[in-house]
Amino acid sequence: MHPAPSVIAFTTLSGLGFGLLFWLGLGYPNVTGWVAFVLFAIAYLMAVGGLLASTFHLGRPERFLKAFSQWRSSWLSREGICAVAGLIVMAIYGAGLVFLGTSWPLLGAIGAVLSLLTVFTTSMIYAQLKTVARWHTRLTPALFLSLSIAGGALLAGQVAMATALLVLAGIIQMVWWLQGDKAFAQSGTNMATATGLGSIGTVRAFEPPHTGNNYLLNEFVYVVGRKHATKLRMISLVLMIGLPVLLLLAPFAHLFALLAVLSHLIGVIISRWLFFAQAEHVVGLYYGKR
Amino acid sequence: MAYQQPDLDTSPKVSDEIRKTTCYMCACRCGINVHMKDGKLAYIEGNRDHPVNKGVLCAKGSAGIMQVNAPSRLRSPLKRVGPRGSGEFEEISWDEALGIATDWLKPIRKNNPEKLAFFTGRDQSQSFTSFWAQNFGTPNYAAHGGFCSVNMAAAGIYTMGGAFWEFGQPDWDHTKLFMLFGVAEDHDSNPIKMGISKIKARGARVIGVNPIRTGYNAVADDWVGITPGTDGLFILALIHELMKAGKIDLDYLARYTNAPVLLNSDPDSPEYGLFLRDDDDKPLVVDRDTGALTAFDKPGVRPDLSGTYRHAGVTHRPVFHMMAERYLDPSYAPEAVADRCGIPAEKIKTIAFELARVAFEEAFELDREWTDFRGETHKTMTGRPVSFHAMRGISAHANGFQTCRALHVLQTLLGTVEAPGGFRFKPPYPKPATAHPKPHCGVSPDSPLDGPHLGFVQGPEDLALKPDGSPARIDKAFTWDNPMSSHGLMHMVISNAHAGDPYKIDTLFMYMANMSWNSSMNTGGVMEMLTDKDDNGDYVIPHIIYSDAYSSEMVAYADLILPDATYLERHDCISLLDRPICEADAAADAIRWPVIEPDRDVRGFQSVLCDLGARLELPGFTNDDGSAKYADYADYIVNHERKPGIGPLAGFRGDGSDVGRGDVNPDQLDRYIENGSFFASHIPEEASYFKPWNMAYQDWAVGMGLFDTPQPYLFQLYVEPMRKFQIAAEGHGERQPPDHLRDQIKSKMDPLPIWYETDQQGNDGYTISALTQRPMAMYHSWGSQNAWLRQLHGHNPLYMPTRLMREKGLSDGDWARVSSPHGEITVPVMEMAALNDNTVWTWNAIGKRKGTWALDKDAPEATKGFLLNHLIHELLPPKGDGLRWANSDPITGQAAWFDLKVKIEKAEDQRESQPVFDSIKSPVAS
Amino acid sequence: MTQLPEQTERKLGLVIDLDTCVGCHACVISCKGWNTENYGAPLSDQDPYGADPSGTFLNRVHSYEVQPEAGPAQLIHFPKSCLHCEDAPCVTVCPTGASYKRVEDGIVLVNESDCIGCGLCAWSCPYGARELDAAAGVMKKCTLCVDRIYNDNLPEEDRIPSCVRTCPAGARHFGDLGDPDSDVSQLVAERGGMDLMPEQGTKPVNKYLPPRPKDTLNDETNILAPLLAPVEQTDGFLGWLDKALEKL
Ligand SMILES: Nc1nc2c(c(=O)[nH]1)N[C@H]1C(S)=C(S)[C@@H](COP(=O)(O)OP(=O)(O)OC[C@H]3O[C@@H](n4cnc5c(=O)[nH]c(N)nc54)[C@H](O)[C@@H]3O)O[C@H]1N2
Ligand SMILES: Nc1nc2c(c(=O)[nH]1)N[C@H]1C(S)=C(S)[C@@H](COP(=O)(O)OP(=O)(O)OC[C@H]3O[C@@H](n4cnc5c(=O)[nH]c(N)nc54)[C@H](O)[C@@H]3O)O[C@H]1N2
Ligand code: SF4
Ligand code: SF4
Ligand code: SF4
Ligand code: SF4
Ligand code: SF4
Ligand SMILES: [Mo]
Repeated sequence: MHPAPSVIAFTTLSGLGFGLLFWLGLGYPNVTGWVAFVLFAIAYLMAVGGLLASTFHLGRPERFLKAFSQWRSSWLSREGICAVAGLIVMAIYGAGLVFLGTSWPLLGAIGAVLSLLTVFTTSMIYAQLKTVARWHTRLTPALFLSLSIAGGALLAGQVAMATALLVLAGIIQMVWWLQGDKAFAQSGTNMATATGLGSIGTVRAFEPPHTGNNYLLNEFVYVVGRKHATKLRMISLVLMIGLPVLLLLAPFAHLFALLAVLSHLIGVIISRWLFFAQAEHVVGLYYGKR
Repeated sequence: MAYQQPDLDTSPKVSDEIRKTTCYMCACRCGINVHMKDGKLAYIEGNRDHPVNKGVLCAKGSAGIMQVNAPSRLRSPLKRVGPRGSGEFEEISWDEALGIATDWLKPIRKNNPEKLAFFTGRDQSQSFTSFWAQNFGTPNYAAHGGFCSVNMAAAGIYTMGGAFWEFGQPDWDHTKLFMLFGVAEDHDSNPIKMGISKIKARGARVIGVNPIRTGYNAVADDWVGITPGTDGLFILALIHELMKAGKIDLDYLARYTNAPVLLNSDPDSPEYGLFLRDDDDKPLVVDRDTGALTAFDKPGVRPDLSGTYRHAGVTHRPVFHMMAERYLDPSYAPEAVADRCGIPAEKIKTIAFELARVAFEEAFELDREWTDFRGETHKTMTGRPVSFHAMRGISAHANGFQTCRALHVLQTLLGTVEAPGGFRFKPPYPKPATAHPKPHCGVSPDSPLDGPHLGFVQGPEDLALKPDGSPARIDKAFTWDNPMSSHGLMHMVISNAHAGDPYKIDTLFMYMANMSWNSSMNTGGVMEMLTDKDDNGDYVIPHIIYSDAYSSEMVAYADLILPDATYLERHDCISLLDRPICEADAAADAIRWPVIEPDRDVRGFQSVLCDLGARLELPGFTNDDGSAKYADYADYIVNHERKPGIGPLAGFRGDGSDVGRGDVNPDQLDRYIENGSFFASHIPEEASYFKPWNMAYQDWAVGMGLFDTPQPYLFQLYVEPMRKFQIAAEGHGERQPPDHLRDQIKSKMDPLPIWYETDQQGNDGYTISALTQRPMAMYHSWGSQNAWLRQLHGHNPLYMPTRLMREKGLSDGDWARVSSPHGEITVPVMEMAALNDNTVWTWNAIGKRKGTWALDKDAPEATKGFLLNHLIHELLPPKGDGLRWANSDPITGQAAWFDLKVKIEKAEDQRESQPVFDSIKSPVAS
Repeated sequence: MTQLPEQTERKLGLVIDLDTCVGCHACVISCKGWNTENYGAPLSDQDPYGADPSGTFLNRVHSYEVQPEAGPAQLIHFPKSCLHCEDAPCVTVCPTGASYKRVEDGIVLVNESDCIGCGLCAWSCPYGARELDAAAGVMKKCTLCVDRIYNDNLPEEDRIPSCVRTCPAGARHFGDLGDPDSDVSQLVAERGGMDLMPEQGTKPVNKYLPPRPKDTLNDETNILAPLLAPVEQTDGFLGWLDKALEKL
C-alpha cells in the first residue's frame, strides 16, 4: 500500500492524542488549571491535527460531513462519530478541569472510553480489510490500542504504566510483524485464485494491461523501500519502545522525558510507514506484484 | 430501516445526432456511428448494419475521437526553413504551397516525367493516385504493398486468382478446422476476431502456426511454435503426407486446377516445362472419357490427372505427375523436416491426419444447384470444412512467395478453396493474374504513361526494362532482380534515388508513409540519405514533397508539407476499382465524408491532387478549355468514369437504382450517407461458392462491372510464367538476365512451390530470430499520439524466451544489447514462455523519435520505446562478390522484415534505449 | 445505502469468455469513450502527451502466462472490471453512502455527488475494480452501463453495455445471472463459469468462462493415424491414382 504521509500522520498523531485523552479522562495525571490546559492542548493538537491530516487524503474534502452518516456499516463513519463524540465530551470535561478546577469523573470516564473507541475504530478501518492480509487480524486493533495507550501514558507522564505498556506494545508489535509476514501466504489468495487459472498450471503475469501508470498501482502496489524493512523494523522498535523505556528507567529528567516522547513518536511514524509500505493488497496479484 | 437508494436517470439523452461514416484508424474500414453533441464529436461506436464489422469496433476505432483532437495534427502547409531533418518550418498558404509544387513538377513533366517518384504508402485511394501518376506520365508510382505483403498478394493471384489478405476470407459459418499462419492482427482485423469467435462457439478447432503465442494464437486450440522462415517446409511435409495417403481431392484437382494440364517434359526442348496449348492458346488436357487431347474448358471434358501424351516427339505429362514426383520424395517427409521446422514429426503427421479427417470425413453438401463453366450442372455444393488464413508471418521472408504458394497448393489439394467451409474470395476476386493488367513503363515527355504502372508479368517480355536492359523504374520493380514485383518496391525508392541507381530523380513526392522511421529498413541510413548533399551542397534528392496529417518523423525530412485532413474531416472513396470492403457474400464499397469540418488550414490530399492535376494541366484533371475538371475529390468520386458507366462507386448509380454499371448520379454521395456510407450488393445464393467456375457468379460479376466478359479459369498449381523466367535464365529467348542473377532465377523461380533457406551468408554468429508483431490496439506509428491508446502501449520491451533469458543471465527489466550484422540496439527485456525458444520479438512501431507526434521529448515512446528497424538493412550483409544483394524476396521484391537474425548480450542498465537520435523541432509546438 | 440490500431482484452482470478473448482492448477503450461522455464525471487523463501518462479506466485487460505440467505455455488475456459482488465490501465500508448496490438489478454504483474520495472502497475491493479519478476526486467504477441498459433513447438491441456491444471476439456476455434460465446462466453452467478469489467471500456476480483445454491434438495421434495410411505401394502412386480416378 502507498504510505501516504497524510494517513501516517493521521494514525500516528490521533493515536497518541486519543491515548493522552484516555489517560486524562481517567484522571492521570490529576491536574487542573494551566497544567491541564497544556496537556489538553497537546492531546487536541495531536488528535485534531491527525484527523485534519486525514482529510488531505480525500478527493473531495469539502464533503467530509457526509462521512458521519454510515455508522451502521462503515468503520470510517464510526471512527468519525467516535472521534467527534470523544472530542466533545473531553472538551467539556477538560473545560471543567481548566476553568472550573472541577473534575467530573463520570464524564471523564465516558470521554476515555470514547477516546479508546476512536482508536479502536481507526484500527478496524484497516483490520476489516480482507484484501490486506497483513492487516486483517485481531492483533491490529491490539497493536493500535496498545501503542495508543502506551504513548498516551508516556505523554501523561505515567512512568510506571508507560514502561509496562510500552513493553507490551513492543511485544504485540513484534508478534504482529512476524504474523504479518506469513499472513499473505496463509490467506489462501494467490495468483491461482485471483485468475482462476490455477487448474491449468502455474500462473505468471505477462504484460500489464497498460504500460501507463494508474491509480491502483500507485495506491496498492507500493514496493519502494521494502527491502530495507528489517532494518527499519529494528530502528522503529528501538525508537518507539527501547529508547523510551531506557529513558523512563533512568532517573527522571525533563529532557529525558521530552526525548522519550520524541523518540517514541518517530518510532511510531516509522512503524506506521512500514504498516502501509509492507502491506500487500491482493490486487497486486493481478499485476504479478505484491 | 427500508433500503434507500438515490434516484437515477437511466434514460439520459445519448447524443444530438449520429453521423455514419467509415473508420480509418486502420485499413480494415469498419462502419462507424459518430455521435455528435453540441456540434462536437462525442462518442464513436460500430455500425451494426455495416458488412465489415457488423457493429463491433476495435480499440483504435473507439479511440478515433482522441486522434481527431490530438495536438499532433498538422495545421497548415509548411515550407522548410531549416536544414532537412531539423523540423524547422514556416507556415505558408495553400496558394503558395501549390505554387511551389507546380513550379517543381511542371518542368519535370514537360521534359522528363520519370524524374518524379510518386509513392503513396498506406493509401486507400490507389485507383485515384495511380490515375494521377499515370496522367503525369511517370513510371515511378506504387503504394506500400512491396514492403508490406506483396508475396501474399502475388502468390495468391498467380495461384488462385486471389489471396488471403484483403482478397478473401474463411467460410466462418461452415468451417470446422481453421489453420492460421503468421498472423498477429491483419487488415481484416475485426472480421477475423468475429470469425474466430464464431467458429469457437461452434466448437471448431483453431490451429495457430506462429513462433509467438499471443492474440489469435493465444486463443488457438493448438499452437505450433514454428521456427521462423520454415513454414514452406512444414507445409510441403503436410502435402507429402496427404499425397502419400491419397487424401487429396482428385475430382476437384481434375476439374478446377491445372493439375491435368499437359507439360512439355523433354528437358532438351526449348519449351520444356511449358504447357501444351491449342491454336487458341488454350492449355490442353487429356479427356478421360475419350483419351483425346482437348482444351481444358471444352464443355463436357473430364480432364485426366494421369495420362501422358506424346506430341511432335515430345512426351507431355500432366502437372500432377510432376507434383507427385516432387512431393512424394522422402526429403519432404515429416521426419526429414522436423528439426529444421522445430516441430516434432509426430505433430506434423497429426496435423496432416486432422486436415484429412476434417476435409474428407466431415465433408457435407449444401443444397444449392450450380452450373460450372463446362456447362455441367451440380445438384449440390460439396463442402470441405478446412480453412486457412495467413499473412506477413509467411510473406515477409525472402522465401515468402514460394511459401505462400505452397499454402495455396495445400488448400487446393484438399479441395477447400471456394468450397463451402473452406476459403472464399471477396469480389472483385476471384480474378486470375491474366485478367489483371501488365506493368507499363512507357514514358514520353508531356504525356501520360502508356498504361497502368503495376500489374502481373506473364514472362520476361513484360518486365519494366528500358531498351538498354536497365530498370525503367526507380524502385527496380519488374526487373530480373525481382521479376514479379506486382506492388513495386517502395522500400527501395529512397536508397535507389540517393544512389542515382538506376537514375537520378528530381522530386520525391510521398503520401502517408513514415519513411524516415518505422516503414523503412535501415532507419538511420535512410535519414542520412534524405539529408545527404552532393559536391555542390545541394541535396542529393533535390525536392521532397510529403503529405501527412500528423507531426510524424517523416515530416521533418520534407521540403514542402501538404497537410491532410483527418479521416472524419474529408471525403474518401473505398472503391471496387482498388481495395473495396467486400465480403465473400457481397460486393461492397464505402465512402468517408466530413462529419466535422477541419478547424485548421488543411485539405484532403485527394482534393489537393485534383487541384495540382489541373495546375499541371494533366489531361485527366483538365477540361478542354483548360479549367479544372474536378472541384475536389467528392466531385471526382461522383463524376469520374473509368469506363462508360463505371466509376469509383458502384452503388446508387444512374437514377439511384443502378448497381455496378450506370450513369453518373449527382446525388450519389447523399445516397451513400443515408445508407450508412456504404453500399452492398449481395451475391445470389447459387453464385456464392465455386466462383471461379460458377457461371452464375461470372454472369453476376459481369453485371456488376467487375469484368466485361466471364473469366472462368483454372487454379495454377504450376505457374507457367515462372518457368518462362527460368527458361530465359537457362539462356533461351531474347531478353536475358544479367549473369549474376541466372542461378537465382533458375533455382528460386520454380513453377511448383519449393522451400529454400533464406540467404544466411554474413549471418555467422547471429542465430536468434527477431520479429515484430502489431499490437491490436495500435496502428503503426499513429497510435502514440492518441492519449488513450498510448497508455496501453507506451513502450515496448523485447520479449525473450525463457531459455534465452536463463542463458544470457537476464531477468525482467534488465537491458540487453541486440545486434545484427547491420547494427546494434540496447533495449529492456521481458521474459515470455509461450514463445519459440530461439525467437525474440517486440511490438512494432511503438518507439518514437524525440520531438515528434507532439509528445513530450521524455515520453516513454522516445526513451524506452525502440524500433527493430535499426537492425534490418535493405541489403544483405556483403558476401564478398562485390554485389550487395537485396534483403527481399527474389521473386517479388517483398521486404524480408522477418529474416532478421540477431545476437544478444546482457548490457548495463540504461537510461534510454539505444540508439538515441537528436530531438526534432516540432512543427506543431505552439 | 451503505448497507447492502437483503437481496436484489435481478443479478445483472457480465460473463467473460477467457477462451475467446484475444486481448484486443476494444472493450477498454469503448468503456473509456462511453463513460467519458456519460454517467458522472468524465474519466480523466493526466499528462496525456507527456512522460508519465496515466488515466482512469473502468476496465482493463491483463494477460497471464500459464505453464501446464506438460505441453507448451499458454497465454490468456484477462479483462477485468467491477464484478458487481453480492457481498460487496466496497459498499459496506463506504462512510458516506455514496457506494450502493441497486435493489432492482444488483448493480454496484457510486453516487458521485456524495463521494468524498476517501478511497476506502477501492482498498476493500480485491479486484482493483475502482479507480479514484484524479481530476474529479471521486471514485469511478464500472456502472454496468446503467445508463445504456434501460435507455429508451437507444434502440432496443443497443441496450447492453458498451464493452459488450463492441467486443469483436464476442467474449463478453451480459445478462441476469440470478435467473438460471438466462443465456448467461446457461453459458456459465455449460462452460463451468468461475468466480475470481472466491475465498474473499465477495460472491461476485460476474463470471469467467475458463479457457477450453489446449494443445490436445497430439493426444489424438493414434486415433487419427489410420487416416494417413500410405496408398498401396505395389504399383506406386500413379497406379493408385489410376484406380482412384476410376472410382470418381
Ligand atoms: N520492423 C518492422 N517494420 C515494419 C513492419 C514490420 O512488421 N516490422 N511492417 C511494415 C509494413 S507491412 C508497413 S505497411 C509499414 C507501415 O509503415 P507506414 O507506412 O510508415 O505506416 P504508418 O505508421 O501507419 O504511417 C504512415 C504515415 O501516415 C500518416 N497518416 C495517418 N493518417 C493520415 C491521413 O489521414 N492522411 C495522411 N496524409 N497521412 C496520414 C501518419 O501520420 C504516418 O506518418 O511498416 C513496415 N515496417
Ligand atoms: N492493430 C493493427 N492492425 C493492423 C496494423 C497495425 O499496425 N495495427 N497494420 C496493418 C498492416 S499494414 C498489415 S501489413 C497487417 C499485417 O498483419 P499481420 O500479418 O498480422 O502482421 P504482423 O503483426 O507483422 O504479424 C506477423 C506475425 O507473423 C509471425 N511470424 C513471423 N515470422 C513467422 C514465420 O516464419 N512463420 C510463422 N508462421 N509466423 C511468423 C509473427 O510472430 C507475427 O505474429 O496488419 C494490418 N493491421
Ligand atoms: S479495425 Fe478498428 S481501426 Fe480498423 S477500421 Fe475497424 S474499427 Fe477502425
Ligand atoms: S468488484 Fe470490487 S468494486 Fe465491484 S462490487 Fe466487487 S468489491 Fe465492489
Ligand atoms: S471513495 Fe467515495 S464511494 Fe468510496 S468509500 Fe469513499 S466516499 Fe464511499
Ligand atoms: S459495463 Fe460499461 S462501465 Fe462496465 S466495463 Fe463495460 S463499458 Fe465499462
Ligand atoms: S473486447 Fe473482447 S476480445 Fe477484446 S479484450 Fe475485450 S473482452 Fe477481450
Ligand atoms: Mo502493411
